[in-house]
Amino acid sequence: MTMNPDLVDKTYKVIGTRVRRPDGVDKVTGRARYGADASAPGQLVGLVLRSPHAHAVIKKIDISKAEKLKGVKAVITSADFPDHTNGDRGLRDILENCMARKKALYDGHAVAAVAAVDARTAREALKLIKVDYQILPHVTEVDDAFKANAPLLHDDIFTDGITPTPTKSSNFVKQAEYGHGDIDAGFREADVIIEKSYKTEQTHQGYIEPHSCLASVSPDGMAEMWVCTQGHFVYRNQCAAILGMDANKLRVTSSEIGGGFGGKTHIWAEPLALALSRKANRPVKLTMTRDEVFRATGPTSSTSIDVKIGAKKDGTITAAFAELRYHGGAFPGNWAEFGAMTGFACYDLKNVKTVSKDCVVNRPKTAAYRAPSTPQVCFAVESTVDEVARAIGMNPVDFRIKNAAKEGTKSSYGPVYGPIGIGPTLEAAKNHPHMKAPLAKDTGRGMACGFWFNFGGQTCVDMNVTPDGNVTVAVGTIDVGGSRASLALVVAEELGVPYDAVRVVVADTSTLGHNDMTDGSRGTFSSSMAAVFATRNAIKTLRERAAKTWEIPLDEVVWEDGAARAVGAQHGNRAPLTLKEIAAAAPGSGGPIAGHAEIVADNAGVSFATHICDAHVDKETGKTTITRYTVIQDAGKAMHPAYVEGQYQGGAAQGIGWALNEEYIYGANGRLQNAGFLDYRIPVCSDLPMIDTQILEIPNPHHPYGVRGVGETSIVPPLAAVANAVTNAAGVHMNHVPMSPPRILKAIKALKA
Amino acid sequence: MSVHVKTTINGDQVEFVCGADEPLLDVLRNRLGLTGAKEGCGTGDCGACSVILDGRLVCSCLVLGAEMDGRSVETIEGMADGAKLHPLQQQFIDNAALQCGVCTPGFLMAAQALLRKNPDPTEEDIRFGLAGNLCRCTGYDKIVRAVQAAAKEMRG
Amino acid sequence: MSRLEIHLWGALRPLAGGASSIFIEAQTIRELFRKMGEQYPGMEPHLRRGVAVSISGKVFRDQLDTPLPPDQEIYLLPRVPGG
Repeated sequence: MTMNPDLVDKTYKVIGTRVRRPDGVDKVTGRARYGADASAPGQLVGLVLRSPHAHAVIKKIDISKAEKLKGVKAVITSADFPDHTNGDRGLRDILENCMARKKALYDGHAVAAVAAVDARTAREALKLIKVDYQILPHVTEVDDAFKANAPLLHDDIFTDGITPTPTKSSNFVKQAEYGHGDIDAGFREADVIIEKSYKTEQTHQGYIEPHSCLASVSPDGMAEMWVCTQGHFVYRNQCAAILGMDANKLRVTSSEIGGGFGGKTHIWAEPLALALSRKANRPVKLTMTRDEVFRATGPTSSTSIDVKIGAKKDGTITAAFAELRYHGGAFPGNWAEFGAMTGFACYDLKNVKTVSKDCVVNRPKTAAYRAPSTPQVCFAVESTVDEVARAIGMNPVDFRIKNAAKEGTKSSYGPVYGPIGIGPTLEAAKNHPHMKAPLAKDTGRGMACGFWFNFGGQTCVDMNVTPDGNVTVAVGTIDVGGSRASLALVVAEELGVPYDAVRVVVADTSTLGHNDMTDGSRGTFSSSMAAVFATRNAIKTLRERAAKTWEIPLDEVVWEDGAARAVGAQHGNRAPLTLKEIAAAAPGSGGPIAGHAEIVADNAGVSFATHICDAHVDKETGKTTITRYTVIQDAGKAMHPAYVEGQYQGGAAQGIGWALNEEYIYGANGRLQNAGFLDYRIPVCSDLPMIDTQILEIPNPHHPYGVRGVGETSIVPPLAAVANAVTNAAGVHMNHVPMSPPRILKAIKALKA
Repeated sequence: MSVHVKTTINGDQVEFVCGADEPLLDVLRNRLGLTGAKEGCGTGDCGACSVILDGRLVCSCLVLGAEMDGRSVETIEGMADGAKLHPLQQQFIDNAALQCGVCTPGFLMAAQALLRKNPDPTEEDIRFGLAGNLCRCTGYDKIVRAVQAAAKEMRG
Repeated sequence: MSRLEIHLWGALRPLAGGASSIFIEAQTIRELFRKMGEQYPGMEPHLRRGVAVSISGKVFRDQLDTPLPPDQEIYLLPRVPGG
């Protein structure tokens, strides 16, 4: 009965079965309540006024007419948000992003907000707010932001990571370097060197549910918030810090979440709803429109990446280099740096160097999007890897297998790897029937592999035995893809009871200790670890109760198959005490029975995947159709295989959308031109084939059930897998995603010319 | 200006008063408490607000509440027969065809409309029949399989 | 107590005079961070923002009590966000 996570059990009764999810019926009958589905007595409608300018000084905001409109109960501006951030730059950026202070930094930046009795009045009030802007020159393209004469967003950014630190401020936030060996020497050894530049456009997570919250602040300072979020504890902490509240006064309840993928790890309008409610003394419901979601939440970085790879004729990569330029939107970030860490992580390289350059531009504040920063660099690296393989006449799978990282490899980001799963995914790809299937005319096959760091983080689980001998489990990680089912499986497995005897709920912030967000592929990994430990603690109590009942020592009681059993020669004939019997006797044996675990689930282990893609390119129109797609990824242990497959398929679909269609398009005026699902086109059902999956199960030695996070890695390889398939289908090398029909057509025409 | 409307929703007689410019979606969600239809975009691009109006699939954000007088609306809340789920609903659960679930009511309405017209659809029929509905979690694979399984079950 | 070689990621190297690793006596991550802050005050802001520690390829982000065994590779990394 150990709390050591490095103990992997390998035989299971319920883990690995495809049970029905506990929230299924509510979700197919319309009963499940999402962010916008809650109401409070007397609630007002909150709306936000947003800057139409990419970059402008806010000279004056006149709210007097709006305040006088009948039915308007509160109007707020940055004046309602005194700076409580106390020198914390990250928090100050969040504050400034939630409500512009001296300058509007992007099209969509909030400048004021209103709460009124109904939506019509609130809309009317927004029109009555007069903002006096002084329009400034703007910059929205990543390569332009670094130029010496680029419009300056902030006067307090002095490039970090350059010695000596510049004395003049710029948009160049940070430079970082990773790698080892001597790349110049490595390139001298190479028989073939491929050097190319790539661009990727900005994409949005595209969750179907817009952000929505219902905030209620009482005159005594007590506050409640219902909100769709990937991390209600983090939302609580950040909102409380920004508003100068004590965290315990703000109770946040998470709604069902209609998708997040990283976009709901950040607070956006929630502090505005709370501030409006505080000022109006009424509950305020604030729901973003789709236009606001695109303009004013956190998409990815658009990027510009140079890659150079050299190899010998025998297929050994001798040196690899990349320079990555990413933006954090209007605020500083480390997005390029994360790309620099992950870009070459799949390979065993003697000489490797990556240089990252992060900048700011007049676009919304970048947020994480599923394995953040990595799909972009993977596109650049894996496209180049294919070209190198082609140049030396080697099959791309064999070339990757030859150079794949393995146990003992010094990773491109520094540390030496322990046991890792890139090799098995590549071998599985090589042997997959998909690799050998014949291809139709104008169809090409591509592949790519990808890497992502997973992590664990702070996690807290309460497990309670009900008086009738069933179990409730309170967790603090948001269920984004079926984790309540997986966690019930874990507790049922550990306790030896049926799946149906366990009910898992996501607790609010006042009833459980702090939990980090559901991000970094950590939700199921970390909460299942905590659930195992909580259950083991409860089992100890259950054994103690049985020992008391039987009046025998604790060490003569074991827990097996949902019951306490007396062991030892003198107890041979004693009937087991079931969970139900012990629960019924609880009042007389010491009271309620519960188990808790408060842990940091460190050491999550890294994750690898290999994808295979068949793409048909219509050479007349430039349209690409994905005709077959296979995802191969290690799950450690798939607790609920259907939901693991779902993560693989969903990530692949998002990556295909990124590869072929999705992009933010900014006009010369710095305004987003396609802030809606009609013009920002995510894949629909008729765009995609079935997405085959192969789950590898190489137990993660650092989880009691061998589980590995599976949420993110599946979005990493598709951009490159699709690009390589397009190259093989149409003979064009696409160095710019999305590979939309006009871009492909242009490349085909250039090839012919 | 407000309009008084008498209509049928999920077989029940319903009366409401709404603004002349108020979308059916807002009437359902804000006036009638039927929050199963979701607003994903408000512009008819995502299908999360799909309902069946006089037998035809529509985005409830694109029709007005005022137009409902004398007509018949089916929403997700009326799909199950009491405690018995519709085969589509059951197959969505059994095939893990939902993750976050926010698009699910719209998909079920769209699938319902599709199978009424075409009880034996091919995979392509299903993919095009559901192309007006966006799902960002699943990659559609399990949704298509769930509709195939339900169609088979309903054909008997 | 053993003197450990602590490998630094790029951003920390200028703060250690350009060295790719430093030598510090420490038994846990907490002790390591404390001594780093004392001996290299320039690293303080990084430590405050969050540093992850790879111990022979296993990445620890939070658990400061984690022991630092003498015979294993210790590599400092920035904390990475997730989606």
